[in-house]
Amino acid sequence: MSAHGSRIQIEVKGVSKSYGGVVANKDISLQVPEGRITGLIGPNGSGKTTLFNSIVGYHPIDEGSITFENREISRMRVPDIARLGMLRTFQQTRIYKKMNCMQNMVISVSHRGGGFGGIFRPARDPETEERAEQLLEFVGLYTKRRLISGDLSFGQQKLLEFAMALMNRPKVLLLDEPTAGINPTLINGLIDRLKRANQELGVTLFVIEHNMRVIMNLAEQISCLAHGQLLATGTPEEIQNDQRVIDAYLGAH
Amino acid sequence: MSAARLDMSVYAALIVAGLVAPVLFPNYASQIAVMWLMIMMAVTWDMTGGQMGYNSLGNVIFFGLGMYAAAIVQIGLVFDVAEYTAAFGAIVVEFTDAQYYTGLALGIVAGGVVAAIFALVVGPFMLGLRGPYFAIGTLGLAVAVAELVSGWGYVGGGGGISMPVYPGAAGEGTMVWYALLGVLALAAHLTARWLYSTQFGLAINAIRDDEDKAEAMGIHTTRYKVLTWAVAAFFMGMGGAVFGNMSGFIEPLEVAFPTTTFGIFMVAMALVGGKGTLWGPVLGAILFHVVKEWTWTYLLGWQWVALGAIIIVNIVYFQQGILGWAQDRWPEAFGLTVDRGTGGTQVEAAE
Repeated sequence: MSAHGSRIQIEVKGVSKSYGGVVANKDISLQVPEGRITGLIGPNGSGKTTLFNSIVGYHPIDEGSITFENREISRMRVPDIARLGMLRTFQQTRIYKKMNCMQNMVISVSHRGGGFGGIFRPARDPETEERAEQLLEFVGLYTKRRLISGDLSFGQQKLLEFAMALMNRPKVLLLDEPTAGINPTLINGLIDRLKRANQELGVTLFVIEHNMRVIMNLAEQISCLAHGQLLATGTPEEIQNDQRVIDAYLGAH
Repeated sequence: MSAARLDMSVYAALIVAGLVAPVLFPNYASQIAVMWLMIMMAVTWDMTGGQMGYNSLGNVIFFGLGMYAAAIVQIGLVFDVAEYTAAFGAIVVEFTDAQYYTGLALGIVAGGVVAAIFALVVGPFMLGLRGPYFAIGTLGLAVAVAELVSGWGYVGGGGGISMPVYPGAAGEGTMVWYALLGVLALAAHLTARWLYSTQFGLAINAIRDDEDKAEAMGIHTTRYKVLTWAVAAFFMGMGGAVFGNMSGFIEPLEVAFPTTTFGIFMVAMALVGGKGTLWGPVLGAILFHVVKEWTWTYLLGWQWVALGAIIIVNIVYFQQGILGWAQDRWPEAFGLTVDRGTGGTQVEAAE
């Protein structure tokens, strides 16, 4: 049980990861409670994205354990973890650039379960398309739905990637800098959408964010990394007032 | 005209042309039969190369395996294969019509099945290679398979096999091969068109655009990749089976596993026509074949230079191919929607 009284969905225990001689993550332990928004901050190069990659199975970890709903996932591969209901978005936005937005959405449906014959379903089925259109409406891309996604602006591609993730009906969404590169006037709209996805669709969010205003506004619990180590975990107020965190950001380390 | 109706019109035109051509130009029936084969090759190559982003240089493996599988089945039905091949054509087996046609039908099916099974077996390993590594890996595999068959005494090694002779009147056989290759090309294209209209088609397009993303979204990427290659292999295997019979004599390097001719042609054809488009490989195959036959007739000695020039110009200056270029130029005609800059895109995205 976490401080908030909800179930722990992702538990990271003593995770270390090195690239050659560079220690990217060292003995990191943190928890992501179900149905909440958890933040992950830290200066550039502090190991946030490495930790994300470890959680979603991008690379094997050197030490420690990662569980998702009490199931050890540290040795599982990316698509298998994704099919458990844990998805991530990328810092460098990744969408299927030669396909139009609707096709991007339709192929992003959940691939959990589903027999082999399902793959020969027609690409256009009304139920799926309706949900895709609703989600595109939700992120404000409905009028762009027939455009080739690679022609969208960077910010729009980011919104599309978010909508694609929701199309998959994930239990947990790991977002790597969702507001990076987005026009400041759009950020408030995005924060609102992230909160609604969390509250209305019940998706647990685990967010890496550099924009302090965004993460303090969004997350209920924040962990801060510096030099690959966990510095502190706490509520936004606690983190804002933590001297170690302030030092890390001002370069005292 | 809607895309579907346009497709139907093209199919109708091709079928009519296919029926009329051998009647009008009986002397060119074999060449046109090979053109159907080329169309099938380009279309099936494009399944992985154009639609899935995996450029294979080794799809002739399936062609050759299908050819040999058919030969073994056709001969093996009535005679001992090892004894037959050991004689290097000295033994002439008399097939009854019933034996011949049964063998041919089973041989073509066996060709497709053996090739598809091979793709299913090596696919998970080969398709783990990406980009140029896959291209080189498949080329290496094709060369290796050809060498292995060359050294395999049971099928006559490098000495090859004389195929059973078509029992009908002279010239009739050509029409049979013509019809079989035409039907095969049509079937391959219809299969491709159907596949691209399903979730399967979207999945392989997703793999082409960003395979890591597809994996991160939980798509069974290996399953899709291997299956796509196996579908291509199935048609290539049947094509090899028919072409082996059409040639009358098969051997590993020039006929069954021609990496430097058909192996390269099928890639060049898809590229010329526009890879990743439904009709590009068909158009490319027809143009390429016509140019090839024309240079063989009128520019003998320069034919390879001409084909090389086409490939170089294509790859250096014109990568999207004819239909790829047309699609960029007139996207609406291909059912694509383009933002004509109505303004305020950012605002629209905000709300």
